[in-house]
Amino acid sequence: MSKELIRLSNCTMAFDDEIVLNNLNIYFNDQEFLTLLGPSGCGKTTTLRIIGGFLVPTKGDVFFDGVRINDVPPYKRQVNTVFQKYALFPHLNVFDNIAFGLKLIKPRLSKSEIERRVTEMLEVVSLRGFEHRNVSQLSGGQQQRVAIARALVNQPKVLLLDEPLGALDMRLRKDMQQELKRIQQAMGITFIYVTHDQEEALAMSDTVVVMNEGVIQQIGTPEKIYNEPKNAFVADFIGESNIVDGTMPADNVVEIFGRRFKCLDSGFAPGEPVDVVIRPEDVDIVDARDGRLCGTVVSITFKGMFYDIIVDFKGFKWLIQSTDYCAPGSYIGIKIDPDGFHVMKKSKYSGMFGDYSSYSAEYDEIGDAEYDPDSQPEDPGEAAGDED
Amino acid sequence: MRTKTHLFSIPYIVWMAFFVVAPVIIVLVYAFTSPAGGFSTENFQNMTDYLGVFGRSFWLAFLSTVLCLALGYPLAFVLSRERSHHQRILVMLFMLPMWMNMLLRTYAWLSIIENTGLLNQFLAIFGLKPLAIANTQGAIILGMVYNFLPFMVLPIYSVLSKIDNSYIEAAQDLGAHPGGVFRRVLLPLSLPGVLSGITMVFVPAVSTFVISRIMGGSKFMLLGDLIEMQFLGAAYNPYLGSAIAFVMMIIVMVCMLLMNKFGSGDEQVVAL
Repeated sequence: MSKELIRLSNCTMAFDDEIVLNNLNIYFNDQEFLTLLGPSGCGKTTTLRIIGGFLVPTKGDVFFDGVRINDVPPYKRQVNTVFQKYALFPHLNVFDNIAFGLKLIKPRLSKSEIERRVTEMLEVVSLRGFEHRNVSQLSGGQQQRVAIARALVNQPKVLLLDEPLGALDMRLRKDMQQELKRIQQAMGITFIYVTHDQEEALAMSDTVVVMNEGVIQQIGTPEKIYNEPKNAFVADFIGESNIVDGTMPADNVVEIFGRRFKCLDSGFAPGEPVDVVIRPEDVDIVDARDGRLCGTVVSITFKGMFYDIIVDFKGFKWLIQSTDYCAPGSYIGIKIDPDGFHVMKKSKYSGMFGDYSSYSAEYDEIGDAEYDPDSQPEDPGEAAGDED
Repeated sequence: MRTKTHLFSIPYIVWMAFFVVAPVIIVLVYAFTSPAGGFSTENFQNMTDYLGVFGRSFWLAFLSTVLCLALGYPLAFVLSRERSHHQRILVMLFMLPMWMNMLLRTYAWLSIIENTGLLNQFLAIFGLKPLAIANTQGAIILGMVYNFLPFMVLPIYSVLSKIDNSYIEAAQDLGAHPGGVFRRVLLPLSLPGVLSGITMVFVPAVSTFVISRIMGGSKFMLLGDLIEMQFLGAAYNPYLGSAIAFVMMIIVMVCMLLMNKFGSGDEQVVAL
């Protein structure tokens, strides 16, 4: 893509001996839509605040366009932030909120110039005619757009967004995702977006950075992250995954539960123990006689587009998504195509994720319908998936 | 449900009627009664003799309020930005002197500043000339500022500590240096606290009589002293006293209404 704009180099952040970021190395390209994705307490917001200038890393350097900016205060940085709870100034109306940054520019802008730019920005976020409204009279979605306009009107090189859609309802959130992507492309600037919502990250980003416990787990395009997760944490956090222990007897052959399957992965040592990811939608349910593996249906939940079916294979519970109904207790077989397997090297996350024994609990944590932005930080323990 | 909750307000209403509304009416009636009895505006005409006292009282109260604001705002700001458990301790330390009797505290000041007081004894060690602070208007202002400062700090502190840090960060993010953050965000957002702080200092300052008597050595008569004299002193004239009290009440109300003009909409928290 285009040139590098921001670089964090060996950044470590500690609050009272608690390490929040551990030796982070990452760069951000110009005009890129990059998402920092991870559970609460993974360090994504800390990373954003370092870029915004609200935190100075305990160790390491921050570069903007090649210049070290560790000690540059926020008001001198060419970045603007859309805050999680918007932080719109309650004593100012919509116009004055958006004009806030413009009025601080030296040498002073003329009144007509400020008015022109604010009006132009209101156009971009589709809020013409709201100039004199009080911000407290706006809906969540409208406040959101004022916050975006207030940041973008300053023509920053980078816009930082901290879970900006967290407080909106599902439908509005989907609309705003489209809207943000459109604005980013129209303005041609870099967006650095922080979210814990994997769906949002996949839908909007050019690049996704998956973080956990202050460490980057994987950087890649949304497709790459979903299809080729690097470890069990990424596989589990992005979408639903059954993760089972296996070995690679040879290239393109994977062995799980004592049975060999054809797969498309290679490059492992013969007989190397691996983690094998099987996405719930890649499993086909067949008659028990035709199945390569057979198991008992534990439960079935109607999800609209498909059924979530929990199947017990020798004590290991899988999630399978299928449009076919299977009665609980019935004995079924499954088939998996070679491209349905994804083989990963063993990592420290091996064995921690991908079993659906405590399925319902996990679904609550990953599904963010009840996400409450106020209860968000600082409990790394509540990170997705403590099930074992 | 409604009628039931109304029942709770009855004691308060009774209290207010007996001890607030009734006294005000009595003051009003007295103010328009001549010492000889019967309706008259004589008391108000006689008041012109005391214009100097009015002027001095309001001027000293004004100066004390300005000083309290100048000292109290930065203090409230520092308090509000401390870590929360530090805040509680600091606020308590700040309130500690308030637990002591006000007369005692004021006399304590006198023993510091009087001509043979602690301060002058201290200065004498270095061979410096004694300062004549006691029995001046400055001493009265000192007493007022000392006694009323907490009433300025607390309302401002409670408003400032509720201002979300993200407003400050947002302002910085949009290019405001520290001065700009204060002028464009913190000050307007803390205005309600400032207004109620001003009221809570100005009103008692304008009507005090203890502080002026102790610190000013009875040399500078203020409205409080004047009114007290009419009721308890040699000049016994409760009719004139009521009239003075009434006029003072009107002037204070006008001052507060004028001040409320500064704050718009819901910032008018100054209760009148």
